Amino acid sequence: MTEDLAIRLREVVKRYGEITAVNHLDLDVPTGTCVGLLGPNGAGKSTTMRMLTAQAIADEGELEVLGFSLPRDSKQARAECGVVPQLDNLDVTLTVEQNLLVFSHLYRIGRHERHEAIERSLVLANLVDRRDTRVDKLSGGMRRRLLIARALVHRPRLVLMDEPTVGLDPQVRQQLWALIDQLRSEGTTILMSTHYIEEAQRLADTVLIMSHGEGVARGKPSELVMEHAGREVLEVYGPPTRLAEVESEAGTAGLKTRRTGTSVSILGLDGRNGFGGFEGVRRAANLEDVFVLLTGEEIS
Amino acid sequence: MATEARPVKLGRLEPPAMTGVLVREIVNFSSYWRSATFSATVEPTIYLLAFGFGFGSLVSTINGYDYVEFVGTGIVATAVLFSSAFPAMFGTFVKYQFQHTYDAILAAPVDTEELVTAEALWVATRAGVYGCVPMVVAIPFGLDPAWGMLTVPFIAWLSGLGWAFFGITIAGYAKTIENFSYIVSAVLTPLFLVAGTFFPLTGFPEWVQVLAAFNPLHQTVELVRGAVLTGFEWNDLARVGLLVVFALIMWRLAIHAMERKLID
Repeated sequence: MTEDLAIRLREVVKRYGEITAVNHLDLDVPTGTCVGLLGPNGAGKSTTMRMLTAQAIADEGELEVLGFSLPRDSKQARAECGVVPQLDNLDVTLTVEQNLLVFSHLYRIGRHERHEAIERSLVLANLVDRRDTRVDKLSGGMRRRLLIARALVHRPRLVLMDEPTVGLDPQVRQQLWALIDQLRSEGTTILMSTHYIEEAQRLADTVLIMSHGEGVARGKPSELVMEHAGREVLEVYGPPTRLAEVESEAGTAGLKTRRTGTSVSILGLDGRNGFGGFEGVRRAANLEDVFVLLTGEEIS
Repeated sequence: MATEARPVKLGRLEPPAMTGVLVREIVNFSSYWRSATFSATVEPTIYLLAFGFGFGSLVSTINGYDYVEFVGTGIVATAVLFSSAFPAMFGTFVKYQFQHTYDAILAAPVDTEELVTAEALWVATRAGVYGCVPMVVAIPFGLDPAWGMLTVPFIAWLSGLGWAFFGITIAGYAKTIENFSYIVSAVLTPLFLVAGTFFPLTGFPEWVQVLAAFNPLHQTVELVRGAVLTGFEWNDLARVGLLVVFALIMWRLAIHAMERKLID
């Protein structure tokens, strides 16, 4: 009945003692799409990811992955999922190929398909030349690519990526985006958690913005931008007192603002020719505006 | 993507899942077998030589055996302990805490029960092999080869299995790796000393001897000594039974401890 949804979460709650890490979360990942789970650190993204592999057990709610009910049938679901973890957990004293070999066994690839599966993963991650290199001799970017290759060795229907590009420099990040985009275009369903807004904007068909364990907005990135931040934004620079003035005037005029470090952005400026005589930079509204607006400027 | 092609429900303790974990260990072993083999063989050999020459010059026979026969068989239990409980404690903790290996394995179709069981089977198999090393070393020093020696790998394996589960249990309950010192000092060292490896327990008060009957290391010592020096006796079955019970209890405890640790 939910065959068109690769992941379906309803009213999922996860508590750790006093802290509610995930609070009545609903999440749909339609088959064949890439969904971005976007939120600041501590929003509950990683906990959500861990629940999808039954490494965390929900206190309340319904979870279905690939039509299997969790946690009861989690093992079946895991057999058809690939997981790219946030923390590198490769076997560092083994070679690239040995790492893939181990996972071809863990994912129960038959003896006759094993060789081909490993070759395919090596090609996909562009690591053919590095097959005999020990992991501790690889660069950070190569290790990440190997983590992704390892998750794909059994051709999973669904790939879960927890912060796939965290801590990488921009060039390497772009390489990985190309790789993820390739997967997406091949029809693999992807759920990706990230706190890089650009990553979500580029790769995700739809995003769910999380804050304090709750889903606060969902939809296509462009639609979310239109809905919450409008088409255009005026970014006003100045000393803190001036910024406070801008905020209060915009507030009286019924416009939303958000702080951008050294400036204030006045959102939803669409069609107006400036605002209240404030000098500033006009720019297109983006997902970051929505993100900060919805998840709060103060990160506790 | 149709519903009719659902695979059969995956059960518990599936061989493919445990094979996956074992393959990981075997492939990893290829990168560190030298150091593991070195410590597993050299350490008990040093004990053997030190006690053999040191003590052996003071006592020529114990319970009617040459001292080299007495210690060359008893020390199998020491080798088993060193190659099972210790690697299981440290290995489990490192793989959990520092390498996050278990997070990766549990994201695959492997359950904690399969993970723990396979890890212990691997450690036990190593203990089965390494446990025999000091006995073999003792042969040129005067331990006579016997057919019963062929059963020693199996005794060492069974004992090693229990100690592997013991080590995993400790790693599962330990909050930090420093906690291990309590276990080593308060549990393993006393059990090691009242195993009857280097001297007979007959000198101890009666209550110690009664308690020692429940010491899996002591039963390992007695089984090996019996197999090599005297041949099978009926009460050996009770000793094997005790090792089986020890392994079974530790098995369930290890799974419980690791589930608590690995699944939030």
